[in-house]
Amino acid sequence: MVSNGSITPSSLSVKDLTWQIHWDKERCTLCGRCTAVCPVHAIELGVFRKRTVEIPSLSGLGVSPAQSNVFKVFHGVRQRTDPAYACVGCASCSLVCPNDCIMPVRTDEADKLRFHINRGGQPRRRGGRRNAIDGAAGGVLDRIKFVRISMLTDPALDAGRHEFELRTLLGRVLPPEETVTLYREQGWIPPVREIYPLIIGSMSFGALSPNMWEGLQMGVAYLNEELKMPVRVATGEGGCPPRLLRSRFLKYVILQIASGYFGWDEIIHALPEMKEDPCAIEIKYGQGAKPGDGGLLMWYKVNKLIAAIRGVPTGVSLPSPPTHQTKYSIEEAVAKMIQSMYMAWGFRVPVYPKISGTSTALAVLNNLTRNPYAAGLAVDGEDGGTGAAYNVSMDHMGHPIASNLRDCYLNLVRVGKQNEIPLFAGGGIGKHGNLAANAAALIMLGASGVQIGKYIMQAAAGCLGSESDRCNICNIGLCPKGITSQDARLYRRLDPEKVAERVVDVFLSFDTELKKIVAPLGRSTSLPIGMSDALAINDYNAAERLQIKYVV
Amino acid sequence: MCRLFALTSDEPLSPMRAIEALEVMREGHDGSGVGLFLSDLGGPFEELKGSPILSGIFTNEGLKRLDHFMMNIGFITKYKMSIKVPKNPPPGVPKRDTYLIRAYELPETWENLSQDEINLKLMLTRLQLRQMGEEAEDMIVYSFWPDVIMIKEIGDPLSVGEYLQLDRKELKARIVLAQGRQNTNYAINLYACHPFFIQGIASMTNGENTAFVPIKEYLMSRGFPGYIGYNSDSEVFTHILHYSMNRLGLGIESYKHIITPLQDSDLESHPNGGFLKQLKHACRRLIIDGPNCVIGCLPDKSLFMVQDRKKLRPGVVGGRPGLYAFSSEMCGLDAAIPERDKSADFQPMHLDTVVVTPDRQEFQIWSQMEALPLQA
Repeated sequence: MVSNGSITPSSLSVKDLTWQIHWDKERCTLCGRCTAVCPVHAIELGVFRKRTVEIPSLSGLGVSPAQSNVFKVFHGVRQRTDPAYACVGCASCSLVCPNDCIMPVRTDEADKLRFHINRGGQPRRRGGRRNAIDGAAGGVLDRIKFVRISMLTDPALDAGRHEFELRTLLGRVLPPEETVTLYREQGWIPPVREIYPLIIGSMSFGALSPNMWEGLQMGVAYLNEELKMPVRVATGEGGCPPRLLRSRFLKYVILQIASGYFGWDEIIHALPEMKEDPCAIEIKYGQGAKPGDGGLLMWYKVNKLIAAIRGVPTGVSLPSPPTHQTKYSIEEAVAKMIQSMYMAWGFRVPVYPKISGTSTALAVLNNLTRNPYAAGLAVDGEDGGTGAAYNVSMDHMGHPIASNLRDCYLNLVRVGKQNEIPLFAGGGIGKHGNLAANAAALIMLGASGVQIGKYIMQAAAGCLGSESDRCNICNIGLCPKGITSQDARLYRRLDPEKVAERVVDVFLSFDTELKKIVAPLGRSTSLPIGMSDALAINDYNAAERLQIKYVV
Repeated sequence: MCRLFALTSDEPLSPMRAIEALEVMREGHDGSGVGLFLSDLGGPFEELKGSPILSGIFTNEGLKRLDHFMMNIGFITKYKMSIKVPKNPPPGVPKRDTYLIRAYELPETWENLSQDEINLKLMLTRLQLRQMGEEAEDMIVYSFWPDVIMIKEIGDPLSVGEYLQLDRKELKARIVLAQGRQNTNYAINLYACHPFFIQGIASMTNGENTAFVPIKEYLMSRGFPGYIGYNSDSEVFTHILHYSMNRLGLGIESYKHIITPLQDSDLESHPNGGFLKQLKHACRRLIIDGPNCVIGCLPDKSLFMVQDRKKLRPGVVGGRPGLYAFSSEMCGLDAAIPERDKSADFQPMHLDTVVVTPDRQEFQIWSQMEALPLQA
């Protein structure tokens, strides 16, 4: 603090910030790359004054005319403490530093910054994740073990050499009695897609950069066409590039419609020119990261391309309403919307709703069981990530996925419709890196498949987010990796080809790990949906709640 | 591992023939129990074709309750076989009051009922008796069906057979299913002993059913009162077959398409691919995933054998016109029909269903890759 400074309530010191920049003067070459790359301008050139004490030489016994205090100026890096420029911990500075002399370090106590990032009365908004650090043992999904190992009562299967068919169904399946009758009488049987149980969940064109989107699409196309893995990717609410709509690759895409209907003008107009039907239509009623709130694309990211695809002016924030405008009641509106979407593609494309995890999920599900067109239900748990949301929604709203999904499944079992309405689970799957184990646990709790978002951003594009509030600036389009940016100077850092390669790596390794889980359980010819007898957890209450075994 | 043996013969045979075959295969079972299913009966039961036969184990108290219960409904005993056992059972076999095999005349009030209604009522009567027996622990009921006798007991199969004097001349059948050993994973319980039976369909299984829980949940949610029990993971095989025949109206040739459907690439080139794909989707929860050999008997007295998708369990069919046997191991078949042409023996593989129809002239082999017979 210099002498003529002032202290306001929001004056913070470096110590008060979440992330503190450690900079090593000895190794710094003053190249300036760190200050140039910092997405939030948290560091700047610093001019420092320094006093050294120099002892004069004993050149005689007389008093030396030289001063022993020597004042010098040196240059380096200074961290800004204004909350608007607080370091986000992305460590892009470390990434570019040629001498490894700079690194953000998390503060050793709770930061004071959190009390001040609402200046102007605007609560904190951010992208990223919930930042919930579960205990050392991880969350519930991480603690679920697979305990039913076949050895002698059954030969264990060989994950590497046996035949596997790990596919799932997306679409309304009729009861066997009805299916047999309808097939004989050539009646209408709802469309059903056989897909891979790991789905790239909805992340919109707009939330993601064009390079990221292209990389995901290329990876998915390669998995389908070269490796014969029917992987599907969902668009999120932001439409779909016109060329993709008119290409054969559309069949690998789940188009999402949400309350802002962004991009649907373009989609409707492309209908007559579509060569293929999309895989499915997802109607978004809610998402795990900001339950009960609509999508949000902040103005920073609405450039010309995004605006054109979404049919809006550039440079305006695009908050979708929390609810669909046509919605009057669940019975009337959901049924009507599902049916209209079916009609648009001639009843050839499955249509399913996606909701955020909620204690009212069962009411939605019960309604869907009575709707013969509902093709499934996707439930997005509280750990879902997002491009932009209010911090309070992200951190405190929503329902954990495991018990929500389990309740839904057991309810379907009670009414005998567990094969008819597939459940898809999302939200925090693989957030500690255990993707296959988390996915398998959810499948055995009753999910027909799982959706991932953050995981694929991390694994395929190197997203820097962590569970301790690192980076999280997806919302303002400054993603240092170019994943969620609409600024060509940033997203050109991301090579779509490399993203595609990583997508393929992720799915292939996931496939091997999933086999390594199901093979010892003696399963290979069908996905072990609802095989809860294989699951156990070392938490008695969680075991009771999920109706699985308790082990210690 | 269990040992399975089934016979189908023009001449009524003693069930001891099958138990002797189990004895030969003894290395492979621990002798902890035996289950028998007899049908197409000979002897005195030959004359009682329409009369349901109740098979089970009763305490003296249970027997009194049974008589009271059956009388109230209007069942009249038509014939009973008394099994008088020696005072001391062989080691490992519990002492029982009564092994009951009793044929009834249908109640007069049932006269105007359709066959389906009678079939349902017979099953419900059995389930009610089972429930009464479980409450008071005085009755164990295996089957209540015309032309079907079932016997199950804990203990070494041969000792049990001799103890119950199953070589008696009034107990002969053209179809015998026999299984040695109690089940592996669940408590020793007579209701967990194979073969399992529901409305004329019986089956027994080798191996563990790893998809047991989801299949059980699916069957129990079908709303059919007979789909209960599941003291053994193998009971679902019987019920899936019942479901496919009675509820879906499909024949035995579709059974394997339900429990071990073809992979999608094979379905694309299959003559009935469209139908089978729908069947695979609709019956996805009935896909078995364990290493299993299933041997069973259909209401028309055909015997069949199918294997799991990977053919991880043994199983062989052989014999001569008039006498065929299905065995989990070759040595059992050798012991039962030594004079057969061994070169004609057949071990069904992952796609095959083997059936011997009641004319017992040959065994038919259906591959899943073949077209289904035309549907009526």
